[in-house]
Amino acid sequence: MDRKPMPGMMVYNLKLGMWVFLLSEVMFFTSLIGSYVILRYAHPEHWTDPGVILNVNLTAGNTFLLICSSVTMVKAFAAIQQGDLKGLQRWLLATILIGATFVGVQVYEYIALMGEGFVPMLDSYHAVGRGNPHEGPSLGGPLYGATFYAMTGFHGAHVTIGVLCLIFVYVRALNGAYTAEHLEGVEVIGLYWHFVDLVWILLFTIVYLI
Amino acid sequence: MTTTTATETHAGPAEHHELGFIRTYIFSTDHKMIARQFLFSALMFLLLGGLLAVMIRWQLGFPGRPLPAFVRWIFPDTMAPGGIILPEFYNSLVTMHATFMVFFALMPLMAGVFGNLLIPLQIGAEDMAFPRINMISFWIMPVAGFIMLASFFVEGGAAGAGWTSYAPLSASGEWTGVYMGQILWLISLIVLGFSSILGAVNYVSTVINMRAPGMTWFRIPLATWSLFVTAWLLLLAIPILTGGLILLLFDQTIGTAFFRTEGSGEPLLWQHIFWFFGHPEVYILILPAMGFTSEVIACRSRKPIFGYHSMVYAMVAIGFLGWVVWGHHMFQSGMNPLLGMTFVVTTVVIAVPSAIKTFNWMGTLWRGNIHMDTPLLHAVAFVALFIIGGLSGIFMASAPVDIYIHDTYFIVAHLHYVLVGGSLFGIFAGIVFWYPKMFGRMMNEGLGKVHFFLSFLFYNMAFFPMHNLGVQGMMRRIYDPNQYEFLQGLQPLNTFISYSVFLFAATQIIFAFNFLWSLRNGKVAGNNPWKSSTLLWQTPSPPPHGNFPEMPIVYRGPYEYSHPDHEEDFWPQNAPPATSEAGGQFAPAPNPEPVPGD
Repeated sequence: MDRKPMPGMMVYNLKLGMWVFLLSEVMFFTSLIGSYVILRYAHPEHWTDPGVILNVNLTAGNTFLLICSSVTMVKAFAAIQQGDLKGLQRWLLATILIGATFVGVQVYEYIALMGEGFVPMLDSYHAVGRGNPHEGPSLGGPLYGATFYAMTGFHGAHVTIGVLCLIFVYVRALNGAYTAEHLEGVEVIGLYWHFVDLVWILLFTIVYLI
Repeated sequence: MTTTTATETHAGPAEHHELGFIRTYIFSTDHKMIARQFLFSALMFLLLGGLLAVMIRWQLGFPGRPLPAFVRWIFPDTMAPGGIILPEFYNSLVTMHATFMVFFALMPLMAGVFGNLLIPLQIGAEDMAFPRINMISFWIMPVAGFIMLASFFVEGGAAGAGWTSYAPLSASGEWTGVYMGQILWLISLIVLGFSSILGAVNYVSTVINMRAPGMTWFRIPLATWSLFVTAWLLLLAIPILTGGLILLLFDQTIGTAFFRTEGSGEPLLWQHIFWFFGHPEVYILILPAMGFTSEVIACRSRKPIFGYHSMVYAMVAIGFLGWVVWGHHMFQSGMNPLLGMTFVVTTVVIAVPSAIKTFNWMGTLWRGNIHMDTPLLHAVAFVALFIIGGLSGIFMASAPVDIYIHDTYFIVAHLHYVLVGGSLFGIFAGIVFWYPKMFGRMMNEGLGKVHFFLSFLFYNMAFFPMHNLGVQGMMRRIYDPNQYEFLQGLQPLNTFISYSVFLFAATQIIFAFNFLWSLRNGKVAGNNPWKSSTLLWQTPSPPPHGNFPEMPIVYRGPYEYSHPDHEEDFWPQNAPPATSEAGGQFAPAPNPEPVPGD
């Protein structure tokens, strides 16, 4: 008799494990988004119209960048599926650079916002809004700041971790660790990267646009 | 083979070379060793939590009396000057007792010990799907425990806002006088969450992808089924808590106001987050015990489990329903009565799968060839005490009744009936039953029976009267009930309960002695001392590295006891059928196509 294990999910363990792990990530972001929804409904006066405090255009561009990085990630995976190691290295590098740029723009955005008094702290919150002289009246309220930094901050942390993992995969790719038959590492980090991208589209919509 | 990826990338069981001391006993990736590491560390935390409980009962049994001289020197004046427990320290005791018991004793004992031990062995896998992640998952636990322990020694003492850490009490130190302790509490649980999530990823992946040939979903033993459902709950509930803990930590440290009242934060939001995690957590703590009980009762009654499929469906149903009942913890927090009614209904619906399981256990015992040994006694005690705890649960699930008994000792009685009477007795059943597989020797049966009967007696003496205390209005977590005239009459009952708890705690010395003594002096167990039919018992005790000399093939369900077509009264899952005709009926599922990317 054939001694093969049961079919299970018909995928290798590492991929299944990443799927399962991403489900728990979904729940983590659910707790943050759920808190945001409840706080916003309870205290609408803490929020302003979109674009008054937050720089929507800048972040829209950043969102476009992150979506592009998903495309480059797919290209990287497609390359190694064809056995094209050089292509894998090239597209991985592109993904890393775009991901790092996203984090960089986010840091720049944070610095600018904090300079305008948009901080998460209850006591020092004094958001004057974009382009206003720095002595204007305070707009919105501290719950806006607190939820904004919690949600975008934890997403940024996920992107940062993703970039670090991609660098790890990139270094392995430079050493020729992947072939068309052995591309698990690339596929699994790709799953994570697409998940982080997807979460951002959701966060961008509810934090910046609504 | 589907698992080649895992074995290659994780230094898995394919390598049979000798490992050094450190890789064998400390940074081991072998699931059986990790189970034993979890067992010893969780039992230490159980001991610690028990000692905290004894101190709580000292205060309640004899309010204001100094601690006995031989322990007085341990406590500085910030905790118990002259041996008299301070109210602030009492708050810490209550909080840390629950925290250690729930997060560092029961959860690791359930998921950590038995998840690791049973899942690969019962499904016929050579190890977990991710052995290295498994090792990391274990080593996070002592780190988190160390952080939690350290909080006793910082200024202000350990967290004192209850294990539920309701905001705003927990969001700002000015209410409890605890600053650093609360922060360490939060950090410790955030760290511990990673351990649970990594463990859960491992359990889920292992059950789905690592089953032996022929191990179809409905041939999986119920203990593994229960741990599988538990793993899903851990996976999905723990991140919710982590999110809430992080927000609370921000309130504490950088001055946000998610839950603080000053900045129009929402203290009620914390309760929603906590109990949205907290109620699945309750089932994380009870479902595995249900699985152990099913295993033990079927084996020791020498009968197939009554209603195997309904047992599985009931556990899955409990797992689902656990997500839609959290509001029943918050009837008194201010809620639209209509919403409250909804939570009443969903909560009471849980009685259905619970009753299915209870009746199935009784149906299994019914006219069985019952072997009255320690595992069975503990398992039957589990069923009995779970019924009591379940029935008192229905009182609290009804919002109008709950309004009266909310936050009284009735709740304390209920939760200890399910968590001590349920979970802990289930764990005792599991430890005694699977001890031979873990250590190769049996625990002493005589000592085991003495331990069981005394525990059962003192346990009920301690916790049943708490129902009375609650109905008469004694508040949960109160430092000194005598400050209220209407509670002064309850003091004799409180003293009685305290004596019972001391005796219950002392009884556990018998268990500890039996456990340690049997490691060296127990009767050598052999492969299958209980004559059980699951795969776990068809391999040496303790199993070798890689678990099975060759990969087992599964031909039948896990509880084929006293089968009419088989001369022995148990029929191992991997024993080939006698004739080729029978082979048609019990043939394993068809083999899969090669997995892409494999």
